[in-house]
This record gives sequence, C-alpha cells and structure tokens, in this order.
Amino acid sequence: MKNAIVLIVLAAVLAGLVALPWVAPYFYIFLGTEVLILGLFAASFNLVFGYSGMLSFGHAAFYGIGAYATALILLHLEWPFLACLVVAMGAGALLALVIGFLSVRLDEVYFAMLTLAFGMMVFAVAHQWRSVTNGSDGIAGFMLGDFAPGVDWSLGDPAVYYHVVLGVVVVAAAVLYLICRSSFGLILRAIRQNPERVSFCGLDVRRYRLAAFTVAGAFAGLSGALMAPFLRVASPEMLHWSMSAEPVLMSILGGTGYFLGPFFGAAIFVLLESWITGFTDAWMLVLGVMLALMVMFFRRGVLGTLLDWVQGNHD
Amino acid sequence: MMLELDDVHTYYGESHALQGVTLQLAEGETVCLLGRNGAGKSTTLKSIIGLTPPRRGRVVFEGDEIQRRPAHRIARMGIGLVPEDRRIFPGLSVRENLDVAQRKRRGETPKWSIERIFDNYPMLAELANQDGATLSGGQQQMLAVARSLMTEPRLLLLDEPNEGLAPVIVKQIGALIDDLAATTTMLFTDQSVHFALKHAKRAYILEKGRIVHEADAAELREDTATQDRFLSVA
Repeated sequence: MKNAIVLIVLAAVLAGLVALPWVAPYFYIFLGTEVLILGLFAASFNLVFGYSGMLSFGHAAFYGIGAYATALILLHLEWPFLACLVVAMGAGALLALVIGFLSVRLDEVYFAMLTLAFGMMVFAVAHQWRSVTNGSDGIAGFMLGDFAPGVDWSLGDPAVYYHVVLGVVVVAAAVLYLICRSSFGLILRAIRQNPERVSFCGLDVRRYRLAAFTVAGAFAGLSGALMAPFLRVASPEMLHWSMSAEPVLMSILGGTGYFLGPFFGAAIFVLLESWITGFTDAWMLVLGVMLALMVMFFRRGVLGTLLDWVQGNHD
Repeated sequence: MMLELDDVHTYYGESHALQGVTLQLAEGETVCLLGRNGAGKSTTLKSIIGLTPPRRGRVVFEGDEIQRRPAHRIARMGIGLVPEDRRIFPGLSVRENLDVAQRKRRGETPKWSIERIFDNYPMLAELANQDGATLSGGQQQMLAVARSLMTEPRLLLLDEPNEGLAPVIVKQIGALIDDLAATTTMLFTDQSVHFALKHAKRAYILEKGRIVHEADAAELREDTATQDRFLSVA
C-alpha cells in the first residue's frame, strides 16, 4: 500500500517533468534542466556522504572533469553526445579512483581536508594549463551534433535538450538506486554506522569505500557532461571548491537519509535561488539561514521532514 | 594447537594494556578468560582479531602468524567476534545485519546461510524485517552471535556475552554457547565467574595484562582461594 502510493507520486512527478516544456513558461525549461543535472550531481555525492558516511569536499573535481572531457571532445573530435557521456563517466571514475585511493584510508576531517586539497589541485590544473584548458576562460565554442551516430534530435533546442537530460538523469538515478539497494549498498550503510564492525565481519572497509567513491565519481562526471553543453562552456568555476560545497548543501537540505533527498535539495536550491535573486541580492544570506535552521531543527532534511509529516509521526 | 598467543604486548597509546599474554587453545575447546575490570580480557580478544594489533609477540592461528594482518583478513581466515555491548548495526534490519556478514566465496558451500540461521533461531526469523535498533538486549545478542556465525568462524570470540542481560536471557545465552561448543572452538570473557566456569572447560585468569592463573574449569570452581585472590571485587 505504502509502496503503491510512492510509485503513484513518483509517476506523477515524472509525468509533470516530461510535460514541463509544454505547460510551464519557457524560463522553467532552463531551471528544470539545471535542477536535474545538479540533482544527479548531488545524488552521486550522497552515495559517498549519506550512504558511506564520508564527507568529501572535492566532489566538483569529478563533475568538472566530466564537463571538460565533454567540451574537449565536442570541440576537437565532434563525437556524438552519447559518446561524450560515456567518456565523461570514465574520466570521473578514473580521477575518483586515483584521488580515492589516496584519501579513503583517512577518516573524518582528514578525509574531508584531503579531498578538498585534491579538488583545489584539479582546479589549479584547469586554471593554469592554458594550452589545453584555455585557462580561466574555459572551453567554449563547441557544437552539439548528433545524440548517437545517425540520431539527430537537434540538441540545440532547449526543450529537446531538457528531455535528453531528463532521460539520462532518470536512467542514471535508477542505476544509482539499484546500487544503493544492493548488497554493496547495504555494506556501505553498515560501514557508515561502524567501520570496525564491518572489518571483523571479514570485509575490507577501505576497498568498499574506494568502490563507492569511484562509482560516485562516474556519476558526477556524467552530471558534468550534461552541464557543459547546457552552459555552453566548461570553465574552472565548475571545479572550484565552492562547487564542491553545493552537493553538500543540497544533500543536507533535501535529506541525506533518502535516495531522492539530494534531488529534492537541488530543486529547492535552484528554485529558491532564482526566486529570491529576483527581489534581493542577499540570496546567500537566505540560504545560510535556511541551512542553519535545517541542521538545528530538521536534521532529516526537507524531504525527510515532509515524509514524517505525511506519515504523521512527529518527533 | 588451533590458536596460540606468545608473549603478546598491546598498547592503547602509551597505556600498556597487555604485558605479555601467553595462552593456547586446542581445536574444539571452550575456554574462558576471567579477571577484574581492566585486566585486559577484551583487549586480548581484540588483539587476536586485529582490532588492537599487538606491538610485540606472536598470534598463531592454525599455524599462520596473524598478528600483523588487518582485521578483515583475520576474520576471513575463520575467526569470528561477538563484540561487547551487543554491537549490531542499528538502522539495518535483522536480515540486513546478517546479509552484511555473509561470506560469498565461489566454489565453497557455506555452512551458514540466512535461512539456516532462521531455521535454528526462529526468534530471529520472526524479527527478520525489524530494525536492529528496536530489538531488546537479548534479541540483539542473539543477532550479534548469528551475525558472527555468518562469517563461518572455526574459532569464535565472545566478549562479555551476558553484560546487562536479564537472568532468563543469560540462561538462553548459556544454552547457545553449549550448543555452539559442539561444533566450534570458543574463547569468551565474562564478568560472572559462575557462568563462565559452568560453560567453559578451561579458564585463564588475567591480572594487569598478564595471565596469572590457568586451570580446568571444574578445578577452579572448587578453588575459592584463587577465586578470592584474583577475581573478588573487594
């Protein structure tokens, strides 16, 4: 019964998202695209944070490398977009494997600081290596061609691009969800609760953490690959440490204990930013107040609090 | 010998917790570690499975030196631990707690499966989908033991299995230990001398990180002088 309600609500939300370009003002196509991409970015981060209990401050590195990989391929090789997505996932995974290999052996604040340091190093490379990355200007001027070989969907149309992003994000989220629900996801949750207990159950905690970090890197790379054509640029800002903070904020805002929490958080983040900046420049102040309230009073995030309220168990 | 500790020294930072522990376990034995609070009982178990690796000395399990190996490797070799305070995974259901510990090795038929656990311990089957955090103390202890069985141990280490449990539950845990003793080698610690000597065949007494006495359980039961000297709280 409960599952049926969840499925109906999800189907309704999905139908609403599909219909959005036809029913909402043109402007909302852009907001919707941004919400979906950042939601996937935040969900990939939450595999590391909410599920595995590791607070990474360097997640933008994987998002950024996905964006750069896509921009470079489209500029120089003009491959179909689908190939860019695959390469971006591989690039994100590979970079996460390297950074993770060096970071997952550390715990808590040391892990957070090390991932932050690596994230800043990747930013520095993108910023300084002008011959490849074009420095602070980033890589622009690339064109979207076919989606797949021989499949021309005119991706330049914002409504079409929105639908492609929606399709990719839904498939990616489904895969990510299956990973979270698998035995592997279960072990990650157990590690978050107590790594020592997992180790004397005979499991190599470090290896599982590295695997989670790498998978998260792949999906962050994918979200970056979707973002570059949307912004029409891959720039060092996408690798900046403040970009690493966004999925942290979105996950906490939405609720780290729920698979859809980060998507929810991304939606709140993007929509509020767009509305509030309409009448005041103090968007960051409002966001700060909201986050402080969330952390102090609504630890389960907006989605968690909402679900509690719907189910009637106030505590 | 299945397990041998030879002059094991373990430190917590600068505190010298084990100061040369030497003991042996033959296959099939059930042995208890006795001693007052802080004598080093828990630390001995944790030093065996690698959670507090010894700084000096040797731990030999089935002929292999294991004192330098990480805990997960030692667990995979066939040593299971039921930690003190019934440390299950709260937030995971009973079934999920068992699933996490399940050995998935190719080409080997595991002795324990979730189904077999549920057959042997129907109480856990009834609680299969319940969150571990909502279980009673006794139920959590059953789950902690069952979880350790899922790792297919040939040697089982139990740390204070009765701590804080009601007398009726303590009886059940005693029966469980007797039942497992038929198939598994066991080393356990307990605050209750009476309980420990009832269910173990042999006992070691620890004091200040050293083994100070070794005896058959039956012998030590009669030896009130030794009990008074090393184990009385007064």
